Amino acid sequence: MTHAAHASHHYTSTGLDNRKIAIWAFIGSECLFFGSLISTYLIYKNRSLVGPFPHEAWTNPQTGETVKAILDIPVTSASTFVLLMSSLFMVLAHAAVVRGDRKYSKIWLVSTALAGTVFLGFQAYEFTSFVHEGLTLKTNLFGSSFFILTGFHGAHVTAGVIWLLTLFFIDLKRGLRPTDAINVDLCALYWHFVDVVWIAIFTLIYLIP
Amino acid sequence: MAVEHSSESDRVASAEPHHTHGDAGHTHPDWSTYKWVALILTVITVVEVWIFYTPFAETRLFIPSLLTMSAAKFAIVVMFYMHLKYDAKLFRALFTGPLLIGVIVIISLLFLFGQLNFFLE
Repeated sequence: MTHAAHASHHYTSTGLDNRKIAIWAFIGSECLFFGSLISTYLIYKNRSLVGPFPHEAWTNPQTGETVKAILDIPVTSASTFVLLMSSLFMVLAHAAVVRGDRKYSKIWLVSTALAGTVFLGFQAYEFTSFVHEGLTLKTNLFGSSFFILTGFHGAHVTAGVIWLLTLFFIDLKRGLRPTDAINVDLCALYWHFVDVVWIAIFTLIYLIP
Repeated sequence: MAVEHSSESDRVASAEPHHTHGDAGHTHPDWSTYKWVALILTVITVVEVWIFYTPFAETRLFIPSLLTMSAAKFAIVVMFYMHLKYDAKLFRALFTGPLLIGVIVIISLLFLFGQLNFFLE
């Protein structure tokens, strides 16, 4: 094995690539991070003194105006489906890089980034409509914990989209070779983690009343 | 000799069995597995949303059902898309260890703040 080829691998005494160990350790720490945000949301659940509320209508005693249940399940279901499909695109992008298929690696990488962007668009629409309905970060306990939790998730999706686009432009410029598969694998692990966090959020926040 | 493939699925299927992790030597799932995983995830999500709008949502089984389906989706993505089912045990430990701690912390905090009954009722 040449020095250059040897240097491209980052093996440790475990026989495992240290970059993969690092990303799994990072994902493990993210479990605790999102665990704290989810527990905060659940502790504050149904303890808001004023509306708007997530699952029931609320009448403002000062204005007499009634605000319907604020969560829009059909819209969020659509964004959940988009994020689930992005995970499929991601594994296909990784498979394409592994087999050195430059055409499909580009197609699937940009598809994943696009799906992530669409998800962020749904989130921007949701946040905007909530603010128009009168729910902000400062309105009540639901607003605070909801925007913090889903906002941090959205920030993670944004970071993932930037990572995906970086890989896409590298692929455009010089092409991702099978030896670069580890770089796509690291991004894929991060992206799938963002997906599984949303799986938990979708059930705990949106579907459980 | 180059082999011509009729579709993306053929390409993936023919390429995947040769794909192993250099570090661990584990084979990844093929296109067929990915396709089925995506289908199962979609079906579970549809069922989750569907029961939300049915009278089943008023029953005591609604929340346990949702949590079970969510856990199933979580496990499927982690096992097949993140390849944890096929990867080294160290990766499994690095993920499941903090995940278990996180779940225990959530349950403990819900218990301490009197919110656990909400899920058990």
